[in-house]
Amino acid sequence: MATINPDNHGLRLATRYVVLTLIAVIFIFPLLFMVMSSFKPDLQLLRDTSGIRAFLPVGDLSFDNYSAAFKRAPVGTFVFNSVLVTGVTVALSLFFCSLAAFSFVFLNWKGRNILLSIIIATLIVPFETIAIPLLLLVSKLPWIGLEGLQIGWLNTYRVQIIPWIADGLTIFLFVQYFKDLPRELIEASRVEGASWWQIYTKVVMPLAGPVMATAAILKFLVMYNQYLWPLIVVQQETYRPVMVGLQYFFQLNTAWGEIMAYLTLITVPVLAFYLVLQRAFIASIASTGVKG
Amino acid sequence: MKLTTTLAGALAASTCLAGMASAQTDVTMWYHGAGNDVEANILNTLIEDFNGSQGDYRVVVESFPQESYNDSVVAAALAGNLPDIIDVDGPVMPNWAWAGYMQPLTIDPSKFDAFLPGTKGMWDGKLYSIGLWDAAVSLYARQSTLDTLGLRTPTLDAPWSKVEFMGALEAAKTSGTCEYAFDVGMAWTGEWYPYAFSPFLQSFGGDIVDRSTYKTAEGALNGDAAQEFGAWWQSLFTEGYTPGTSQDPADRDTGFIDGKYCFSWNGNWAAVATLDAGVDDVVFLPSPDFGNGSVIGAGSWQFGVSASSDNAEGANAFIEFATQDKYLAAFSDGIGLIPATPTAAALTTNYAEGGPLNVYFGLSEGQALVRPVSPAYVVQAKVFEKALADIANGADVADTLDAAVDEINADIEKNSGYGH
Repeated sequence: MATINPDNHGLRLATRYVVLTLIAVIFIFPLLFMVMSSFKPDLQLLRDTSGIRAFLPVGDLSFDNYSAAFKRAPVGTFVFNSVLVTGVTVALSLFFCSLAAFSFVFLNWKGRNILLSIIIATLIVPFETIAIPLLLLVSKLPWIGLEGLQIGWLNTYRVQIIPWIADGLTIFLFVQYFKDLPRELIEASRVEGASWWQIYTKVVMPLAGPVMATAAILKFLVMYNQYLWPLIVVQQETYRPVMVGLQYFFQLNTAWGEIMAYLTLITVPVLAFYLVLQRAFIASIASTGVKG
Repeated sequence: MKLTTTLAGALAASTCLAGMASAQTDVTMWYHGAGNDVEANILNTLIEDFNGSQGDYRVVVESFPQESYNDSVVAAALAGNLPDIIDVDGPVMPNWAWAGYMQPLTIDPSKFDAFLPGTKGMWDGKLYSIGLWDAAVSLYARQSTLDTLGLRTPTLDAPWSKVEFMGALEAAKTSGTCEYAFDVGMAWTGEWYPYAFSPFLQSFGGDIVDRSTYKTAEGALNGDAAQEFGAWWQSLFTEGYTPGTSQDPADRDTGFIDGKYCFSWNGNWAAVATLDAGVDDVVFLPSPDFGNGSVIGAGSWQFGVSASSDNAEGANAFIEFATQDKYLAAFSDGIGLIPATPTAAALTTNYAEGGPLNVYFGLSEGQALVRPVSPAYVVQAKVFEKALADIANGADVADTLDAAVDEINADIEKNSGYGH
């Protein structure tokens, strides 16, 4: 019979905590550097980078960089645009991709396996390779809105949202998760006379919390960090997102303190979103084996 | 009756005013200065002045961040969404003109006779763009350092020779007063490399491309002069004179100010910050003469008209309006760059006779050489950058330059000579 040596157990526990603490410190240091630097004047910020002072709230600290950042760029507009585009895209993506996955897993229709393979294959196609054809397409697409028929989607929110709603990774995540759900649940619902829509809304989706959280976080990060696409389809400041806005701070003499203040401000929504969903995210990873 | 007449008169007057306002055709303009308040304010004043000066056109500006501006313009050109007026970085202009994004200006070129050469965007014998300012690079040093090391202070008429310059670097290195003798700014990548370093190559007698035909880099970038330049360039790093490609950007920004570097190769845009940081005895020295004359880069942002503009007349009218001395001086005072004309320089604080940066006007006038005027330049700049970084990191000089020549020539061939 195996016995636990209390000394070894304590040592192992201590080692584990030391390693985990070190990893946590490595991950937290860039954020700490960003936040601390956001309160320092440029010259001090640059001089502090050579030592531990870079991570400490020492020297001439103030909110000057924050007020300067708001003066230099419409930070509120950029954050609003990113949150709006990201929020709407994430919501629509969860809905449509889960529907697609539901169809692939639970409905029997000809060619679904081939189509799923094609969709998963799109994961290896970098966006940069389709950016220009997509640009040419959206610049000619019609749209019927309050102002009547318009040609071209450039300089709108929809051009930043619609092309990003459906993607292979999100569909794949849902497919994998749905495959692990007990088939008996679906069959029992069918026997009870439930429609497919009812099974989707009342049976499957209530069980899909963890994968929804995972898909939402991954999609949120992709959308919030969008740079190339909005750069080429949005020419008006009114619609620019945060990452394009970051470029406002790279002038001939780069305003490093303002950059740190701006980055601190735009990181807040990401951290808040992750903190809200982190439990479900971890549960989903643990249950599906998908590495985020 | 009197009230009716008054109302009718007011109505007629307001209708006329509204009619006049609406009679102005919108001329759209894109500008690279988003995030720069000072620049934006001057530009807005200029636009307001223009819009108020006539009744035909109303310029409407959209500003972009400089770092991503070129990508935005190219994407818009592909999507058929360019504005009437675009501003364009001087060395990029030939590419945009060749690609059909721009049309020649219709302003009489003789109006710009007094402008610095680097401010004129010429392609295929035509003026496509005109700049309100230029930029220049110089060798930053402290007068006290020169005196301590017993070095002659070089002038525009008598710059340091290669021997004198290398002697200065060696003296600085052996004195131990600085961590590195010479900071060339390896932490800055991209356009900085061809802008700041190709003049060294040109001073050795080489170039990025053969300017007599623009159809090959053979001989220019890998001939004897270029090989000599490459060896010299590599020696800066192997001899420990210069920090390499891993230079901390923070050191690039403050190294000279902090005394870490004895000499620094930097642009006029950093001069005011250096003075403000308390380096009172800073001197801005001309580029050394490596045998083929002293050379510095030239060409900054310029205004041009897009090929698809329906309001080319209004766009040209605005550009001509913008090139008045008072606006050249206003931009220079605001953003620190060199005004395009001597008469505008005289109106500025920094570049007027006796001003702290007056030397730059002379440098720009006397030493400046624009980067290769070719649509191929945008590719050549990247090839040149990679080659110089590789050589700095120890790559074989001859092989690296030969490979760069092959890449440049292949690109020229692939594009059927780029119209040369």
